[in-house]
This record gives sequence, C-alpha cells and structure tokens, in this order.
Amino acid sequence: MRLGVLCSGGKDSLFACWRAMQKEEVACLITVVSRNPESYMFHTPNIRLAALQADAAGLPLVEVETAGIQEAELDDLARAIGIAVADYDIEGVVSGAILSVYQAARIQRICHTLGLWCFNPLWHTDQQAYMEALVDAGFGVLVSGVFSEPFDEHWLGRVIDRAAIDDLRTFARTHRISLTGEGGELETFVFDAPFFSRRIEVVDAAVSYRNFRGTYRIRNARLVEK
Amino acid sequence: MILVVDLCYRPGSLSAYEFVDPITAIIRGTGRDVRTCHSTQVDAALAGDAEAVILCGTALRDQEYAGYPDRFAWIRGCARPVFGICAGLQVIGRAFGGSLTACTEIGMTPVRVVRDDPLFADRASFEAYTLHSIALDPPAELEVLAVSGACVQAVRHRTRPIAGVLFHPEVRNPWVVERFLEYSLH
Repeated sequence: MRLGVLCSGGKDSLFACWRAMQKEEVACLITVVSRNPESYMFHTPNIRLAALQADAAGLPLVEVETAGIQEAELDDLARAIGIAVADYDIEGVVSGAILSVYQAARIQRICHTLGLWCFNPLWHTDQQAYMEALVDAGFGVLVSGVFSEPFDEHWLGRVIDRAAIDDLRTFARTHRISLTGEGGELETFVFDAPFFSRRIEVVDAAVSYRNFRGTYRIRNARLVEK
Repeated sequence: MILVVDLCYRPGSLSAYEFVDPITAIIRGTGRDVRTCHSTQVDAALAGDAEAVILCGTALRDQEYAGYPDRFAWIRGCARPVFGICAGLQVIGRAFGGSLTACTEIGMTPVRVVRDDPLFADRASFEAYTLHSIALDPPAELEVLAVSGACVQAVRHRTRPIAGVLFHPEVRNPWVVERFLEYSLH
C-alpha cells in the first residue's frame, strides 16, 4: 500500500514514517506550513526543513501553506493530502499522533472523506519504550522548542540521548510533563534517521528563550555524509 | 492467559500498533499474561485454552474481517468470556445472527448507558472515542447496554459472558476492558 506520511519534522512523524516503511511503501512526505505561531495542528519552529529531511530520506515532499486559522487549516491539510493522492497515488496517510484525540480525529475525518486509509502507529504507545526505541534505532533528535517549566535554555538544541530521557523522566515525575512532549511541553527536530542516506548538519541556529519558553530556530543547515 | 485477537487486514500489519498493542498494554497492566494472534490463526481450541478472549478493532477503512464471517464461527460455542471492540463487537453480533449497517462516528462521542450492568456500574453516561463506519443491529440473543445518538454502543449476551463495545475503550476508557476482565474472571 502506498502511503503519505504527515511530517512536522519532529520525532513522532519520522518515527511513524520508519514504522510505516517496515510494513508498507512510503511514497511521499506531506507537510503543512502554518503562518500562525498558535496553530493547533501544524506550528513547529523548523517546519521549512522538512524539505531537507525529505531529501535525506530520498522521498518527494508535498508542501502547502496555511494561514493557520483553527478548523479552516484542516481544509489546507485536506488539500495537501489531495495533492499527494494525485501526484503520488497514495492510498493512505500516516500520522505520528500519540494521545491527541483532537489531532487524530480530524485526520481520520479527512481520510474518511477522501476514501483513504489512516494509520497512527504511535497511538497510545508506551512513552518510555518509544523514547528508548528512538535512541536505540539511531534517530538523531534535538530539542527545537520548549514551552513549559522546568525546561531551561540549555535544553534548546540538546540532543535526545539516554541522559536526556532520564532527565525527562525526572521532569515527568516532578512537573507532570509527558515524556514525549505530547502535552506541547517540547518540540523536536530530527537530523538523522535509520532511513536517511545522509544526516542534517546544523550550520547556524538562533536561540530565543524567556520564562520557560524558547525556540531553537535553525537558520542554515545542510546534508552531510553519515 | 488472555487471548487478544488481531482483526486487522493481515498478520503483523501497520494497524496492529494502533488497535492491538494498546489493548495488550491495558491487559498487562492488570497483571495478566497476554497472547496475541491474528484472527486467521484462531480456532475453538485456541480460544478454549485462554481465560478470556478479546477481539480488537481495525482501521476505519479496514473491513477485511467482515468478508469472512465463518472465521469467527468459534465464538458461538466458546465457553470462555469473550469481549469485542468495534470490529470485534461486529463479529460477535454476526456470530449470533445480527446484521451490520452503515453508520459513521469519528471522535469523542456521548454514550448513554440504557441498562444496569457490571460493565458500566455506576455510570449513566460518559464520553467515548468512536471510529467506525459500520454499526451492529443486534440479534435477540444480545441485549443493548449503551447507545450513542447514532447507534448501539455496547451489548451483552443474555446468558453467557460475552459482551462488546463499538467505541474504542483504549482511548480515555481503559476501565471498560479492566472491568470486563475483573467481573468475568471472578
């Protein structure tokens, strides 16, 4: 079955992509770029770099822009998926949703309307096991945004490794964050994956941080040999 | 051992992460052992070896299971407790002579309990995650326990420990699976 993977550039969408590749054929990545920083569905600091990830994965990218107005942005997602159907003949869509009923139900409705399969291979996954599998499988993931206590600015650009997972587990206990950042506490960017032929090297990034909220905005990056 | 039956479109499918693994996690959380098998591999003997059998749901577009009703004929003679989720409810209903009808619900949906039953003890209503395009017209052997605005959401066999829900309890309502195991195994 040919599938399109909804890609925010973060760990969940690319891990879901990897799982999909092991069971079906991934035909393209699909990205919706929001102009609204408060978008419910699509905002993420380094979304423009999905093109570099698609290059690294050897996959075409379907990219559409949205004004990011709640609910109306779903029309833009449907448009993007429609382009993927027309251009790459996909029969289904993959998302990295873990717990968000808001996100999952909306994607399910769009797929149902378009007559497409919908897969959420991280749905209600064991978060600890998932984070460990991510590191063990060779994903290179850095923190590209923090949005809650107790994250300080040192987290911005930090690579998710075993030590980081240990720290996140502590925060989950002390501050009730979700281990995967599913509650919007943090966002990530994938610079390497088992299916990338080359990895992404960050050449220049701008850190902005204040009062437990900050972003690691990649201004320049390139593909390099692994 | 609780036997978890995967009804997805093929053994080891991409959908199993979504519709089977969360159910096995709920059961393991109760301290019970779990064995997972695809529906093509389950027969009366295998079901009979289990303490209870749970039939999982499938992707919205996945109706492969509905094309093979004979695959689930063992349910009629199963002496063990059997619980169905979404597609699982549908195959239980058909095994007892019920029919399927088109009905789509996606997302959080109000569910109203219409009959006192240990499965929903003390709850008159709750919100449940629905993901179906087919509903069950239950046969006489199954009584209706709960409904949404659109269709039947839960049934139970009138004399045997067999029940099912159309909604997905793995989302927000794992207590439904836990409660079925608790009261049907004691």
